Amino acid sequence: MSKNIKMNIDQNGIAVIEIDVQDRPMNVITVDFADDFKNCVEQVLGDEKIIGAVVTSAKNDFMAGADLKTMLPSLIGLGDASAMAERVIESHKVNRAMETGGKPFVAAINGTALGGGLEITLSCHHRIAADRKDAVLGLPEVMVGLLPGGGGTQRLPRIIGIQPALELMTQGKHLKPQQAMAMGIVNELAAPDELLSKAKQWILDGGKAVQPWDKKGFKVPGGFDPNTKGTIQMFSVVNAMVAKNTNHNYPAPISIVSSVYEGCLLPIDKGLEIEAKYFVGLLMDPVSGNMIRSLFNNKQSADKLRARPDGVEKHTVKTLGMLGAGMMGAGIALVSARAGMKVYLLDSSLESAEKGKAYSEKYFQKSVARKKMTEEKKAEILENIIPTIDYSDLKDCDLIIEAVFENREIKADVTQKTEAVIGEDIVFASNTSTLPISGLAESSGRPHNFIGMHFFSPVERMPLVEMIMGEQSSDEALAKSLDYIAQIKKTPIVVNDSRGFYTSRVFSTSCNEANEMIKEGVNPALIENAARHAGYPVGPIAVQDETTIDLSIKIHKQSIEDLGDEYKPMSSIDVMQKMYDLGRLGKRFGGGFYEYPEGGKKFLWPGLADIYPVKEEQPDIQEIKDRLMTVQSLDAYRCLDENVLTTPDDGDLGSIFAWGFPPWTGGVFSYIDMVGIEKFVARCDDYCERFGERFEVPDSLREMADKKEKFYP
Amino acid sequence: MTDAYIFDHVRSPRGRGKSDGSLHEVTPVELLSQVLGSLRDRNELDTSRVDDVIMGVVHNQGEQASNPARVAAIHAGYAEEAAGKQLNRFCASGLEAVNSAAAQVMSGMSDLCIGGGLESMSRVPMDTVGGALAVDPQVAYGSYFVPQGISADLIASKYGFTREDVDSYAVESQRRASHARDEGYFKNSIVPIKDSLGETLLDHDECIRTGTTVDDLAKLNPSFQQIGDFGFNAVAIQRYPEVAKIDHVHHAGNSSQIVDGASAVLVGTKEVGEELGLTPRAKIVGFASTGSEPTIMLTGPAPSAKKVLKRCGMNTDDIDLFELNEAFAVVVLHYMKEMGIEHDEINVNGGAIAMGHPLGATGGMVLGTLIDEIERRDLSTGLVNLCIGGGMGTSTIIERV
Repeated sequence: MSKNIKMNIDQNGIAVIEIDVQDRPMNVITVDFADDFKNCVEQVLGDEKIIGAVVTSAKNDFMAGADLKTMLPSLIGLGDASAMAERVIESHKVNRAMETGGKPFVAAINGTALGGGLEITLSCHHRIAADRKDAVLGLPEVMVGLLPGGGGTQRLPRIIGIQPALELMTQGKHLKPQQAMAMGIVNELAAPDELLSKAKQWILDGGKAVQPWDKKGFKVPGGFDPNTKGTIQMFSVVNAMVAKNTNHNYPAPISIVSSVYEGCLLPIDKGLEIEAKYFVGLLMDPVSGNMIRSLFNNKQSADKLRARPDGVEKHTVKTLGMLGAGMMGAGIALVSARAGMKVYLLDSSLESAEKGKAYSEKYFQKSVARKKMTEEKKAEILENIIPTIDYSDLKDCDLIIEAVFENREIKADVTQKTEAVIGEDIVFASNTSTLPISGLAESSGRPHNFIGMHFFSPVERMPLVEMIMGEQSSDEALAKSLDYIAQIKKTPIVVNDSRGFYTSRVFSTSCNEANEMIKEGVNPALIENAARHAGYPVGPIAVQDETTIDLSIKIHKQSIEDLGDEYKPMSSIDVMQKMYDLGRLGKRFGGGFYEYPEGGKKFLWPGLADIYPVKEEQPDIQEIKDRLMTVQSLDAYRCLDENVLTTPDDGDLGSIFAWGFPPWTGGVFSYIDMVGIEKFVARCDDYCERFGERFEVPDSLREMADKKEKFYP
Repeated sequence: MTDAYIFDHVRSPRGRGKSDGSLHEVTPVELLSQVLGSLRDRNELDTSRVDDVIMGVVHNQGEQASNPARVAAIHAGYAEEAAGKQLNRFCASGLEAVNSAAAQVMSGMSDLCIGGGLESMSRVPMDTVGGALAVDPQVAYGSYFVPQGISADLIASKYGFTREDVDSYAVESQRRASHARDEGYFKNSIVPIKDSLGETLLDHDECIRTGTTVDDLAKLNPSFQQIGDFGFNAVAIQRYPEVAKIDHVHHAGNSSQIVDGASAVLVGTKEVGEELGLTPRAKIVGFASTGSEPTIMLTGPAPSAKKVLKRCGMNTDDIDLFELNEAFAVVVLHYMKEMGIEHDEINVNGGAIAMGHPLGATGGMVLGTLIDEIERRDLSTGLVNLCIGGGMGTSTIIERV
């Protein structure tokens, strides 16, 4: 018995090892657990009365992976790479003891088993999974820049073959127990209440205590021989696919492939050493740290509403009033209804409102066709979306979201009409992407209830919501809004009011930078490739065609109108104006920076070179990447400096999830940290001189550089 | 430094490199042995005087593994003193073997050597031989490896050669090869290959497609589109980000054909020639190899040609005829542009697009073809070149004597 494991021995001498990690809702591998588990295995092997062991969990799920918050720091704390590798190699011994100790171990996988959890089961001689629809199995370490370092890269391919193992591990795929069974990862499925007895029965039936790879003449299933056509073709294509998918920014996938390739040519003990060394290599690489911080730790804490003000009672939205049934309104209605809310979808005509609902219909129809949803569930959701033109329908709503046309007068009109019917304390959230919230709040009689809630398109796919605090927005309004965002399972960031808020403002700086490069005579194909190779999902030129040049010029005109002399347009506004004047308004209008041939692939508009000739000498691609990422990171810093952002965490999450800032960097602030603030400042100074004052460094950042500070410890 | 002379050269005909090819039943060692035997017999060569038999073999695996140079010499009945070694410079192996033979002679450490090569592509297929370059993840990923066909299409995309350009080149290669064969230009150097009963299996290059037109070729689908889409195009563009997209212009009709073949070139000092009654046909003026960027891979010939020209104090105008292995049509087109030469100065009797490219053997074959043609046209100098996997070029300058 120990703190993290319960062990009982039944009358047949079968030990049941029940994992129950203390103070954790989900079993994770901690330093203590690892010690307990080792002792437990030793006891099984040492106690003559025990004939074999069942490994299972006392919790609802089997086990997730290693506890990233404690396990990794304890490893990294060793400082030296060889010492880390030694520690990892040492940790493999318990698995090898299970495999070679002569007593049968069987895994009774009662629920989800991921990462290090699944790896423990791979060291068992037999795996039985509970046939639960809500359980998943997988080795998702790649998602945080790591590889399965508990023997996964060695055991999985030896169990299911090289290609399927590579697919699972390089993509971090999750499998349902039935899929895992079909692939051969588990040997049997069992009804949850028969799991334990089936596991014991396997031992009683004489289950063999030997792993396939410890038998003489073992061959990797499906074959593995670098002198055969199959292996040669598979690896040459896999290598290229990894390069294509990572653009050499993420070191984990190729390390996984190498660990499999090199390790599976060797006996398993040597293979485990190879894995340990690639694992430590990834641990030492800043990318895993960036990904763990932003994509795991910070995202998790944002999802748990870190930013929610204390002292406001939890608020649940049962009925949502959605103003505007255009693309955004339709999307917000969809995700809200899916989360179980009733949605009044209001527009100026019933036809428009119906059209907004039809968007959900089409979407859920697809889910049904893909067998991801039942017909009944779909009908239930759709029944909850009620198209209307009648403001009085909004009277019982718990939250109002406005997504009407980006026009002050129209927004003011719907705000007043809505406030006339809703309750005193109901939050009114505007999904504007361009108009400052404090200005819009002027039309409200209850500006403390008025807040910005900026969704991204398409709403059902984009994970982020940017909350914007107007001058008078209350903590209560924020808390209630955040509760709603948790209901629809999105990730919130909270920013203060400013033109373009945080995401729209900073995002556009890389478009401006690209246009500046076009003016300088940089080959547009090189700019686009540089952005994609840096890890952006789309090039900064193509993206302007998507958002349309038409819209950019409209916002430009609106800003002149609003701000007059105070308005400082983007330095490359002349490029936009030129395109606008030539009628090249964007993709939706048939062409912009690109041509869009019918049925063919888009290509850069050749006419662009006539206006902005491509110069003979081209910059190094690295400088283009650096410029794009630097200009955004610097402007993000200005947002922090100006209190538009209040934490670097929000800045990082927003940059990755709103506009696809390369995730391997961990986001804009992690990027500056990774480059080093001193070096970053020096680079900006250099760019400021060469490319313009948009690279001017705020004094406060210079001070941070002088003090050798960082955004993250 | 001793001068190295070429006394003679022979080669097998090139048989289709598939199971229906005329040389498929012949083992690689037997194929090379017959070529070596012929070189000996037609020169009445005292093989005990041969210091080394140096053979280029690219896919040294299975029947072609473990030094077939020495094994074929034994099998051909060469004197036991004739040593043998196998070397690998990928597609230039055959030429490299001749250069290596020349180097041994020029250094004064050998009097008489045979260089050449062997590749039985129907029996040791390309895709069954691994090696680290494409397969080992650390190597392939780190070096931005792409298959040669993608490299060829990358050259076309980067330098603006169109499908029509490469197809026109290929048609002309077929026309020239067909003409040269019909006129008997290759006859003197080809060793008919016989079966175990002594019947001739093949006495001519069997892959030439006489009468191929641009319209015929226009019907063929690009060969490398699919693997490009798997990820290799992306890798090529990672290395060459100025290229917007890869145009897949190469196909079976404008790329070198897969064939079986062997070649042998007799190299030695003037003195040994006089002693053994051998008449020098050409002098090896110089040779060079160089590396080039590995992803685009096939642009090494021009730098290697410029390197050897410079080393020999010569320039392009001093060369009467050029031979560059037609691995892919674009390789020659790009080379012509880089070297500033016209199509009527290069590959005048066609090349591998029409006749095939038996990897390790090709270098010896194109060198031989060049010597024969210089003699036929009564010219003086020639430069032979091959592009090479992994990004290299090898070249040799010869002068008729």
